Amino acid sequence: MGQIEWAMWANEQALAAGLILLTGGVVGVAGQFRGWQFAAYAVAAGAFVCLLEYPRSKRAKGTSVARTGQYCFTVCVKAFGPLTRNYYVRAFLHAAICVPGGFMLATVLGCVCLGIASLIYLAAAIRGEHWEPILPKKETRKPVAQSIKNPPQNPPPRPPAELRRKQAKDLEAAAYDNPMPVTLDE
Amino acid sequence: MGNWIINNGFTSFMLVVWMGINIFLFVWFYFFYDLGDQFFYTRHLLGSALAWARAPAAVLNFNCLLILLPVCRNLLSLIRGSFVCCSRTMRKQLDKNLSFHKLVAYMIALMTAVHMIAHLLNVEWYNNSRQGVYDNLSTALSNLADTDNTTYLNPIRTTNLDPQQIPTYFVFTTIAGLTGVIITLALILIITSSMEVIRRSYFEVFWYTHHLFIIFFAGLVFHGAGRIVRSQQTTDPPHNFTFCKDRSDDWGKIPECPVPQFAGGFPQTWMWVIGPMILYIFERVLRFIRYMQTVKYRKIVMRPSKVLELQLVKNGFKMEVGQYVFLNCLAISQLEWHPFTMTSAPEEDFFSVHIRSAGDWTDKLIDIMQKLPEGAQGPKMGVDGPFGTASEDVFDYEVSMLVGAGIGVTPFASILKSIWYKIKNGNSTLRTRKIYFYWLCRETHAFEWFADLLQVLEREMEERGLADFLTYNLYLTGWDQSHVDHVKVRFDEDTDVVTGLKQKTHYGRPIWDKEFEQVRKENPTSVVGTFLCGPVALAKVLEKKCAKYSDVDPRKTKFYFNKENF
Repeated sequence: MGQIEWAMWANEQALAAGLILLTGGVVGVAGQFRGWQFAAYAVAAGAFVCLLEYPRSKRAKGTSVARTGQYCFTVCVKAFGPLTRNYYVRAFLHAAICVPGGFMLATVLGCVCLGIASLIYLAAAIRGEHWEPILPKKETRKPVAQSIKNPPQNPPPRPPAELRRKQAKDLEAAAYDNPMPVTLDE
Repeated sequence: MGNWIINNGFTSFMLVVWMGINIFLFVWFYFFYDLGDQFFYTRHLLGSALAWARAPAAVLNFNCLLILLPVCRNLLSLIRGSFVCCSRTMRKQLDKNLSFHKLVAYMIALMTAVHMIAHLLNVEWYNNSRQGVYDNLSTALSNLADTDNTTYLNPIRTTNLDPQQIPTYFVFTTIAGLTGVIITLALILIITSSMEVIRRSYFEVFWYTHHLFIIFFAGLVFHGAGRIVRSQQTTDPPHNFTFCKDRSDDWGKIPECPVPQFAGGFPQTWMWVIGPMILYIFERVLRFIRYMQTVKYRKIVMRPSKVLELQLVKNGFKMEVGQYVFLNCLAISQLEWHPFTMTSAPEEDFFSVHIRSAGDWTDKLIDIMQKLPEGAQGPKMGVDGPFGTASEDVFDYEVSMLVGAGIGVTPFASILKSIWYKIKNGNSTLRTRKIYFYWLCRETHAFEWFADLLQVLEREMEERGLADFLTYNLYLTGWDQSHVDHVKVRFDEDTDVVTGLKQKTHYGRPIWDKEFEQVRKENPTSVVGTFLCGPVALAKVLEKKCAKYSDVDPRKTKFYFNKENF
């Protein structure tokens, strides 16, 4: 399993964990559970995790599919530079965020899910993966190569590659030698 | 509209039935728990959260029963085989098995969420009652414990902990709570790893995580064993709650109000899921037996651009066009089965697959095969199948338009070969007179083997004087200037630069209006079957064109659209 990018799964898992934490928090606050302050924390933490994880990372290889409307989030997350780029940071951040969730039942599941996400992120980080924003490709015009400014070495008509005469040592002589027999077109 | 009903009517009907059963179960169990007298005291502690927890549980039972069935591919194959007499629409439903699997999974996820939220509330409120926060009756009910002459209603018995931690302690120390947490975690991991992005790109992660379903089902079977949803039992003399509910202090002291007795319901989930679980075990055993059967290599060919052709022979193997097999190679991985469309015709005495280097598994396989000495047998290969509906409809039309996009060209290899064999053997059941074959491809490098096959067909058709039987058009949709230059230079040559075929490759996408016009002109009175194996967007376009170019006059050309799921 050489090419697996664990961060992609960690991202899905963390996003789900964020949603579960948020849901658990909402239930806890709405039901005025004992220790609902922890639930209120879970609402904030869940929302934060969702916002952080919503923009999907660019895949190292192959096409990356962005989530619907993730562009704004991508820009925001990208603004934090190495903090959001590094998966070690994410692994420890999630591990820290999930701890208070363990203090009441409503947020326990979200806490465990986020813990698992943190572990997968740690695995991803150890394997040297990092977050890359998916940005729309800019149309980059290649700078005109230097050689174009020079006059052509081999003026047209140019025959297909295999009929072309091998480059002679003497460039000057080879360049102006027409390898095609010139006949009258009848 | 008529076309839509023919194509999707039965599917929609099935979905309506499924949804109907779900709604029925939900409503039925909701009212069972919301109105039942035996749950009066339970409801007094829990409110409507009791019904909100039990109704999704019933729907979950039903959907957990269904979820295993669509992935029993041998079972589906069996059903398909016994439906041969029945209509094709019936059999085609079986090809949508994975869509249904996903749909059922979404329902399970949704119902799990509802069930879990309701139980969070239940546990909290049980705990509150136990702490004596609510009215007298709640406290009295919660204080009932399992003794010689009383039975408990409130499953939370601990009070000597920090009240905030009791729900968590309770969940992790009861069968229902613990299994519930474990199977929910398993479910979440299964779901997050089966997202499109993971499934398509990192199949192994998806495949291995999906096997958490073993834990899921094991937990599910035992989930109800704790019997903690309790109902009031009939006692002698009877305990009438309408009279006694306000006299909780006198329970057991006055003859009208004996102490109410409670018992948990009989666990039902295992009855729902045991059948499919056994079927699935059979399925896996059958896969194992299939795997143990010996498969001989007839020929191993390395095609250009890293495509491996395996010609295999297996006793008692019978295929039809357009079907696929699952391959497993012990030398690479014991657990992984990968699907491949067969490219051989049923008329041949072997079956072949073309394997393109596309991932770890295929790369390793190609690597192993390349290291084999000349003429040696390859590593042990397990073959499961064949699966999928045969696309034999192609042979029922006088004229067929086959449209393959990219990798979607593979099933047509089998079809074209088969047609060729049928002509050669003078098969009278073959109605086909002409085939138009369109192949849309971003880059042909990956499919050079297919061009090889087309070349062979072309040559043989020509020898038999059937050159106009097969018209094929290749469209290269990804090309650049150097390509065009190359083609311009070779314009006068007999064969195409890219494929080496007589038919020149087109550049860009086909202009369907032109193509349909052409087909109509050439076959003014025929019924034309249009077959596509390719993306949805293309299917929509072709469907429209089929309708547009069909004539109302029954004597004139008609186009029928078939989208195949290979």
